[in-house]
Amino acid sequence: MVQDVAQTDEIIDKYKGDKSSLIQVLLDIQHENRWLPRDALMRASQRLGIPLSQIYHVATFYKAFSLMPRGRHSVSVCLGTACQVRGAPRLLDKVTEKLEIEPGETSEDMRFSLETVNCLGCCALGPVMVVDGEYHSSPSRKELDVIADACE
Amino acid sequence: MGRLNSAAELEKLREEILTKRDPNKPCVTICSGTGCHAYGSEKVAEAFVENIKSNGLQDKVDIRRTGCHGFCEKGTLVVIFPEEICYLRVRPDDIPEIVSTTLIEKKVVDRLLYEDDDGQKITHESEIPFYKHQSRMIFGNNRLIDPTNIEDYIALGGYAALSKALSEMTPEGVMEEVKEANLRGRGGGGFPAGVKWETTRDAPGERKYVIVNADEGDPGAYMDRSLLEGNPHSVLEGLIIGAYAIGSHEGYIYVRQEYPLAVENLNIALKQARELGLLGSDILGSGFNFDVKIHRGAGAFVSGESSALMTAIEGRVGEPRPKYIRTAVSGVWDRPSNLNNVETWANVPLIINNGARWFADIGTEGSKGTKIFSLVGKVKNTGLVEVPMGMTLREVIYDIGGGIPGGKKFKAVQTGGPSGGVIPEKFLDLPVDFDELTKVGSMMGSGGMIVMDEDTCMVDVARYFINFLAGESCGKCVPCREGIHQMLKVLNRICEGESGDEDLELLDEIPEVLGDAALCALGQTACNPVLSTLRYFRDEYEAHIMKRQCPAGVCKALINYYIEPEKCQACMICLRNCPVGAIDGGKNLIHTIDQEKCTKCGTCLEVCPTRFGAVIVLSGVEVPEPVPQGTEVARG
Repeated sequence: MVQDVAQTDEIIDKYKGDKSSLIQVLLDIQHENRWLPRDALMRASQRLGIPLSQIYHVATFYKAFSLMPRGRHSVSVCLGTACQVRGAPRLLDKVTEKLEIEPGETSEDMRFSLETVNCLGCCALGPVMVVDGEYHSSPSRKELDVIADACE
Repeated sequence: MGRLNSAAELEKLREEILTKRDPNKPCVTICSGTGCHAYGSEKVAEAFVENIKSNGLQDKVDIRRTGCHGFCEKGTLVVIFPEEICYLRVRPDDIPEIVSTTLIEKKVVDRLLYEDDDGQKITHESEIPFYKHQSRMIFGNNRLIDPTNIEDYIALGGYAALSKALSEMTPEGVMEEVKEANLRGRGGGGFPAGVKWETTRDAPGERKYVIVNADEGDPGAYMDRSLLEGNPHSVLEGLIIGAYAIGSHEGYIYVRQEYPLAVENLNIALKQARELGLLGSDILGSGFNFDVKIHRGAGAFVSGESSALMTAIEGRVGEPRPKYIRTAVSGVWDRPSNLNNVETWANVPLIINNGARWFADIGTEGSKGTKIFSLVGKVKNTGLVEVPMGMTLREVIYDIGGGIPGGKKFKAVQTGGPSGGVIPEKFLDLPVDFDELTKVGSMMGSGGMIVMDEDTCMVDVARYFINFLAGESCGKCVPCREGIHQMLKVLNRICEGESGDEDLELLDEIPEVLGDAALCALGQTACNPVLSTLRYFRDEYEAHIMKRQCPAGVCKALINYYIEPEKCQACMICLRNCPVGAIDGGKNLIHTIDQEKCTKCGTCLEVCPTRFGAVIVLSGVEVPEPVPQGTEVARG
């Protein structure tokens, strides 16, 4: 908790405590922790002089923010239009079946978080899935097993 | 490099850079755009560094990691200068051969060249059909520039337009030039940029802002990303020129946080431009001051709308507001704010360098210049293409895109993102410009061009976009929040085989209200995917509703997978791969699908060897009784 406060202070100092930097501050907190811990948000509220309710308004509006801890490995399935017409829904079915979580969820053992994204800009590989920054083009069920097994 | 205090000093620096560069020195350029990165371009680049070193060539060959070249289908792309030898689908294992054969023996590695339909190999990038039919004014420099090195941009004439504007032109002169060129906004609407600039300049208030909209949210579009990642200075130069014309001293670049490389390269570009005095106070000794901040967007499609984007810059929830007063007059902190898209800004230096007449000579009557499209979906050559306005869809999709893969038939092309529509085959000869696309019920949008073949269900496409918009509607206004949701419910019913006759009527009615009553463009145009698919593919809707049939065989609830007994060779592949054990049969025994157990995941169709083609999709017909279990394959 103390750590959340110290980290938040450091981030806010970078933006010179400017109120209008709220979204940038939250992005940095999210980046450091992979989610927005409540203590960090309360500290941001104090330091920036913005009501906590307003901070939650912002934190729940944007997709980049998570109010729940995220898993160790992030899995994204692209549902951009190009991937969609090349069979992304089928890939998503396979992935949800394999990981046993729905998009937006984190597995109980905190191993995986699954999300869908709208375009990753590599449409030639579609349908595409990204695991911890590694791209996988149209993986088969067997390949999915291998990819998942490689994640601790 | 020190600060440049005049136009002459910039020219001197350019000469110095060019003098120290030997145009005949071999240079290996490696595309490091998002697509090639996903293919593993980083490993290719490392392999080049290693191999060039181990052959003792490090002083004789340059290596340059560039932005996106555009031909994403064939990544990783490597071009070797000065000959412009273009290698496609390069993998790290290929590097030793490229180094020994091309860099040392000066010969070409045939197997990595482009091969056309007649089996002819093509050595040079500019002769490959994908590139040959394009005119890459904006995007072409990507392949020549290391985006982290401002010298590369300056060597190609970068910042000459800024220098010309500041030293030879008045702000009014710059504005007139852009107006005369009739540069229209590349972000979607196509509003004339010069007119918008003038509104901001003339609006009351000392402090004014200029903003780059890089909140590229259309699914299936990544032009702006590639431009920002690959050539950030071109956008920055345009922005500074615009600021000069408008009389603004502060700017913002609004980039999606999903584009971390764009943010990184922009930060480097800003730093380098500041060091050279191209940004900051007293730019090039002209007395003009201007600086830029980067604002990362946190992921909300609606925040790409101008008023929403500006609210987000203020650190608040990026929701739109009614625009009785335009953002050009009252935007960020209620001050005049001029917002243009990435590609629009990148056009500005070209106009200043070459003149409005030159620019206006390219394109059609109402749409000037070129446009970058992201050509994706069911097309052979996926990638980013830049063509003059007015080129026909057929030329883009067939001459550049190479047509539809797998011998399938073209069905439609979708442009304009979720606000756009589908264009059927009969309009393939339509010239692509702002006005023509609008006439057929679609729009230019930011440049997504998604090709669809006969296996694409148009009702499902409409549902896809409406589902996307339902998730992205900010919920502030009722027509959008409820209207889109109701449309989605209807479309879900149709796709799931639970629709009634009244559903088509509802789909005719709801869009009308949305178009009239929604607050911002997201809601007003949300009906376009439905209206355009209804307009051109009404029969598909009717088949879903009346015959419970999905002609393209996509909508799960309306299809069944079936193994044709006379084609099944009992190879056991589908049987082993079925995740739910729904396939019966055995060695030499014809396989059958237990329709009760089948979850319609499509795995059997995917794995059935194409030479057998025994698995088919049935829709709107009874599934034939399976052959009795234990029936043997008749082998003739």
